[in-house]
Amino acid sequence: MEHIVIIGNGISGVTAARHIRKLSDKKITIVSAETDYFFSRTALMYVYMGHLTFQHTQPYENWFWEKNKIDLKKGYVKNIETKSKTLQFADGDSLPYDKLIIATGSKPNKFGWPGQDLDGVMGMYHKQDLDNLETYAPNNKVCKRAVIVGGGLIGIELAEMLNSRNIPVTFLVREDSFWNGVLPEGESTMINRHIKNHHIDLRLGNNLKEIISDENGKVKSIIIQETGEEIACDVVGLTAGVSPNIDFIKESDIETGRGVKVNRFLETNIQDIYAIGDCAEQHEGINGRRPIEAVWYTGRMMGETVAQTICGNRMQYNPGHWFNSAKFLDIEYQTYGWVFANPREHEAHFHWKHADDTKCITVCYNTNTNAFLGINTFGIRMRHDIFDRWLTEKRDVHYIIEHLSEANFDPEFYKTYESDIYSAFKNELQTV
Amino acid sequence: MSNKINHSMSLAKPDAADISNKQKVALAIGILGLFILALALFNTNFPNKGLFLTLSLGFIAIGTIIYSRDAYLTKLEGIKNDGVWFKSISSRGIWGWILGVVLTAFYIVLYFYPQYLGLGKDGAENTGLISFFDPLSNLLSGRNASQWFVYGTLYTVAILAFGYKFMLKYRHNRYQQLRTASVMFFQLGFAFLIPEFMYVMNSDLPYYDLKSVWPLNYYIFDEWSVKAFLANGNIGLGFLLFGIISIFLITPILTYKYGKRWYCSWVCGCGGLAETAGDSFRQLSSKKMSAWKLERWLIHTVLVFSVVMTVAMVYTYLGYDHNTFWLTKGLFIVLVIGFLTIVFAGVMYFKRHELGKDAKYGAIGYFVVIALLVTMHFTGTSENVFFLKGSDLRSAYGIYIGSIFSGVIGTGFYPILGSRSWCRFGCPMAAILGFQQRLFSKFRITTNGGQCISCGNCSNSCEMGIDVRAYAQKGENIVRSSCVGCGICSAVCPRGVLKLENDTMKGRINPTEILLGNDVDLMDLVNKK
Repeated sequence: MEHIVIIGNGISGVTAARHIRKLSDKKITIVSAETDYFFSRTALMYVYMGHLTFQHTQPYENWFWEKNKIDLKKGYVKNIETKSKTLQFADGDSLPYDKLIIATGSKPNKFGWPGQDLDGVMGMYHKQDLDNLETYAPNNKVCKRAVIVGGGLIGIELAEMLNSRNIPVTFLVREDSFWNGVLPEGESTMINRHIKNHHIDLRLGNNLKEIISDENGKVKSIIIQETGEEIACDVVGLTAGVSPNIDFIKESDIETGRGVKVNRFLETNIQDIYAIGDCAEQHEGINGRRPIEAVWYTGRMMGETVAQTICGNRMQYNPGHWFNSAKFLDIEYQTYGWVFANPREHEAHFHWKHADDTKCITVCYNTNTNAFLGINTFGIRMRHDIFDRWLTEKRDVHYIIEHLSEANFDPEFYKTYESDIYSAFKNELQTV
Repeated sequence: MSNKINHSMSLAKPDAADISNKQKVALAIGILGLFILALALFNTNFPNKGLFLTLSLGFIAIGTIIYSRDAYLTKLEGIKNDGVWFKSISSRGIWGWILGVVLTAFYIVLYFYPQYLGLGKDGAENTGLISFFDPLSNLLSGRNASQWFVYGTLYTVAILAFGYKFMLKYRHNRYQQLRTASVMFFQLGFAFLIPEFMYVMNSDLPYYDLKSVWPLNYYIFDEWSVKAFLANGNIGLGFLLFGIISIFLITPILTYKYGKRWYCSWVCGCGGLAETAGDSFRQLSSKKMSAWKLERWLIHTVLVFSVVMTVAMVYTYLGYDHNTFWLTKGLFIVLVIGFLTIVFAGVMYFKRHELGKDAKYGAIGYFVVIALLVTMHFTGTSENVFFLKGSDLRSAYGIYIGSIFSGVIGTGFYPILGSRSWCRFGCPMAAILGFQQRLFSKFRITTNGGQCISCGNCSNSCEMGIDVRAYAQKGENIVRSSCVGCGICSAVCPRGVLKLENDTMKGRINPTEILLGNDVDLMDLVNKK
């Protein structure tokens, strides 16, 4: 029986395993050094905040794996021997495979800051990071202040986590507005204000210069590049993005760039070895996507796709319309299609913001054809299937604005804003 | 369970002690109110009972109000679940167990030893806690209090005070606010005040909470109840007819249009208490597959028991001769069997594909009920059914289901089993509504395409123990008989994945293998069966 080994028990690897099981009775082994069972990485924050226990972040009960004949092995893969098709583990163990899927995800970026490996300095990605945070920031007596470096999705989640335990937070963001490499200005500035309303000390346009140690090798303070200001703190969160977690592959014959290089079939340069999820790098981005997509949903989709290939139906990874979501403290964010921070050539944005400063939308459209290209929505839930269909049908932007209520997904009895949005859109067209 | 490393030896974990001074004052005021009740329980002779009762209930309410305002209004609108699994009281810690024991003890005394609360037996004066409530009872209906009046008052105060807290907690969510206002209204009006006023107008009418429908209201068709209704002319007959119309007409129509939530989380008193005072315990319900299996056996067994018990009760007081009353024992049994057969045949004909292998269990259940009814008819007399006294069957149901299951376990175990264990495992009304919700209703929780991140907040907050995430992460709508439509899963979802809605029946159940967002050809290939 063919033995499929998957390195990594995150959403990508587990989705691949589940679909291979649905399609075949191949022997499947999932290897992880992080945890015994699959858990939802995006939910780690809720464990620290006390909304969930760690067990709740595990989407399947423990009997699920045995029932579905998916073997789980805990161990750290040190080396992949591609000639003999064997995994070598750090503890000396080894495991032969017939086909291998690399799904090792990401690790937090460190940019060589002085002091970046001190005690109390951590990313927020792995289960071990959570344990670490619990040690160094159990409450606001042990951790009198935390500094977060890097204004992206993980940074703001870490800020929310620490805030939930009343630990004062200083949030260093390199850009002059939060996540403005991705978000258009109106949205980004709204989130700036929302962060400050939560009493988080947001420092825009500030970089980390160095992290200072105390006499025990634990973080004592940090120094800001621009101002030279020293901020005393007990924890430093490094959240300046992530990169593929593939150090153990660098020595093998598998081709790597920033990630494991794969073709459209998610195949590496070595036969019978595949890579999916955050750690996979396309030779070229697909339909305007980035070559590396470190997103939950894309990891899942690659898992769904590679299972087909492994089970005999060789299939390209061909994702549909882009979508994503996040939550910035109390404000939910969803996006469908493409809305870039700044409109590209022949593109324009229509932006509407509610007076309460917690809801807004940005619609991107083509100025020549008026075709709808994408929407960002903050504080208003919208329907994925409707926007997916509208994008496929290449609807006109006027159609979208007129039919926006069909896409509303807010709970019943919520106030609706479609008529406000509609009149704002009409007004803007008249003034242009 | 806690992920925390610095466990201290104090009763409350460090974070639980982390409440503001204002909240401490509020707690003290509330506890003072409870303390007055405790003094009354131990027969303290208050000079002016009315004044002290007002003070006591007022302190409890004011304490809760001040506490809630400080907890929620000092923060921005949003989900307020920080520390739920760290606090001793809401994570089966020592305070949770203490509260559970106190509540359980209270229910046991209430149901089985009301004399310890001070109920005067055989016309004797009330003493203790019950006499403490005499002034209020006299004010409302001109009679002294009973243990049920004391319980009803405390129950109503709890729903109102904690309902206010809940509305502040979800002040960004109008669905939650309206729903809570609704249960507060129905508790105060229908369960508490109207029956008292009905007594003032006509003291022969039996206690009737108009919103309490059979089989939750299992005594409505008891002989004493029916006789009392019939003895009161048109108004009594009207109430009895309303009870019957509620079951066969109002309930099915509303459930078809809105799902069982119209009742379970907008009207029902048991649901009302669970959603307000029980809100802090909603996360404690078990989401295991094994708990779901137990649930299905248990709740349907109770349903069978309640149907057979009610039919048997009515059967014993009907006559044999159609000249005395048109509804004879024989005709009654035929009508019941006929009705059950129509329902069963209809479901099997229209819904057998949806039911799948559950159809077998449905069939077994149906034939068990029919066999029981037929046996009853051929062995039963005016006194005995199944060779037992009919009234014994009725009191067994009253004690084991009506008292122990719904009260002692259902509410007493809030801090251990979660807030809806009665609704989930025992309530026969919920079983009937759930059956309809699963098969003939427009209600569902819609899953938003491929947006689920499997975080588990939805499942955690489901008081009915539904593993909501298991559906959401498959992109599948949630159509479950047990869902009471409280809407908290939708509220806590950080990605806007869930929406309660009433839409067409078509495509309501939509299991998928590949979620929206992936290759359209792959979706077609895999999802097309």
